Amino acid sequence: MGITISVEVNGTTYEREVEPRTLLVHFLREELRLTGTNVGCETSLCGACTVHLDGLAVKSCTQLAVQADGAKITTIEGLADNGSLHPMQQAFWDEHGLQCGYCTPGMIMAATKLVEDNPDASEDDIRHGLKGNLCRCTGYQNIVKAVASAAKAGGAR
Amino acid sequence: MIPGSFDYHAPTSLDDALALLTEHGGDAKILAGGHSLIPAMRFRLAVPEVLVDIGRIPDLEYIREEDGHLAVGGMTREVALEDSDLVNAKYPLLADTARVIADPLVRNLATVGGNLAHADPANDHPATMLAYGASVVARGPNGSRTIAIDDFFVDLFESALESNEILTEIRIPTPPAHGGGAYLKMERKVGDYAVSAVAVQLVLDGGTVSSARIGLTNVNPVPMRAKNAEAELVGKAATDDVLEAAGRAAAGECDPSGDLRGSAEYKRDVTRILTKRAIRKAVERAKGGN
Ligand SMILES: Cc1cc2nc3c(=O)[nH]c(=O)nc-3n(C[C@H](O)[C@H](O)[C@H](O)COP(=O)(O)OP(=O)(O)OC[C@H]3O[C@@H](n4cnc5c(N)ncnc54)[C@H](O)[C@@H]3O)c2cc1C
Ligand code: FES
Ligand code: FES
Repeated sequence: MGITISVEVNGTTYEREVEPRTLLVHFLREELRLTGTNVGCETSLCGACTVHLDGLAVKSCTQLAVQADGAKITTIEGLADNGSLHPMQQAFWDEHGLQCGYCTPGMIMAATKLVEDNPDASEDDIRHGLKGNLCRCTGYQNIVKAVASAAKAGGAR
Repeated sequence: MIPGSFDYHAPTSLDDALALLTEHGGDAKILAGGHSLIPAMRFRLAVPEVLVDIGRIPDLEYIREEDGHLAVGGMTREVALEDSDLVNAKYPLLADTARVIADPLVRNLATVGGNLAHADPANDHPATMLAYGASVVARGPNGSRTIAIDDFFVDLFESALESNEILTEIRIPTPPAHGGGAYLKMERKVGDYAVSAVAVQLVLDGGTVSSARIGLTNVNPVPMRAKNAEAELVGKAATDDVLEAAGRAAAGECDPSGDLRGSAEYKRDVTRILTKRAIRKAVERAKGGN
């Protein structure tokens, strides 16, 4: 029944027994108590659950925890460095890139990868790159501004 | 929403995977990128007893040219197609397609093999592979066989694959000089499946279209070729009248159903227009405009 997996999350290695049907997002939230990663739709549409899995931004509601056995994962909790915000987090703060904040962890995880892969991302690149992340509040304008300003500041780190 | 219970296996060789599939027969399902299967399992539309994850089998992810075709490994992710210089330079129809599938997060995990094996008429690769006249390599317990794409899509969500066969490779004939292709998709909202989409791959001989294949997405219960539209086009110059006739033929031969994405009539008309535009773009590319 249970399968033992080992994953490195935000620099810490965890070994846990999981049921094969456990989705990665539930593993992160309920087993590891990393509740920064949100569940928005559970239908693979909203991107609120975005994390980095072996260097790729993915929807953690559409992966089984067992598929991530051996993987390196970064969640929103892993971005800040000793209490100082990641430049992308700071940019969202400075540019008012959030209102209710529900989409924000996923938005920031997708955005950090986007800027890392394409440090010179244009507004168009940013809009296309964030296609998988929905926001019900902001109208996206300030999110795009935040990502652009983080990119300008060399925000991928 | 949590999937039903199942046993999970992650074999590290094709032979082990095939042995597991053979042992469990129809109770087992292959798990690739999981981006069609896991959503279906969360809704309990799919309740497999056993999952065989092929993600840990080495050498199923590659894009390379050999013997006059492009070989794409079954587990190749959409993002790899998008990023491939070879695909972007020589297979614009494939590059167009990869770019409009879902969204970048989905494309990081979704595989081309899974996209075809799922045999979902809403998926984008089936039409593209029909237009290319591609073939699919299926590996079973007794070795590999090659399936022409025209014989691959059997019914709604049903392909020609046996339950103990793994799609290991897709082969796309390398387009000749003066070949050109394009994929045009209309989506209701960002990242959605197509209202309708059209894949065209053709060859020009002087001003004449000497051969053409056209595939349609999400306007038929089974992924289909628009053969009547092809017939309107082949042997002629791609004039406005010929394009209109081909568009009308495609609209006539597809069989869309009305749903949230629009009425059947609307989808037919979108198909007519996309067919014209996709042909026009393919012709431009065949002339070297890319
Ligand atoms: C939000 C969202 C939007 C999407 N939008 C689009 C879209 O616009 N266009 C589009 O084309 N697709 C879209 N998809 C589907 C996505 O591209 C899927 O990933 C793809 O259809 C299946 O590939 P997979 O690797 O995820 O396969 P899986 O989900 O792992 O498998 C799908 C099916 O194929 C079988 N299978 C998988 N690989 C093999 C193999 N190598 N051999 C034999 N059988 C195999 C499995 O057993 C299963 O039945 C979307 C998905 C999501 C979640
Ligand atoms: S919760 Fe994963 S995409 Fe919405
Ligand atoms: S800030 Fe509320 S959903 Fe984006």
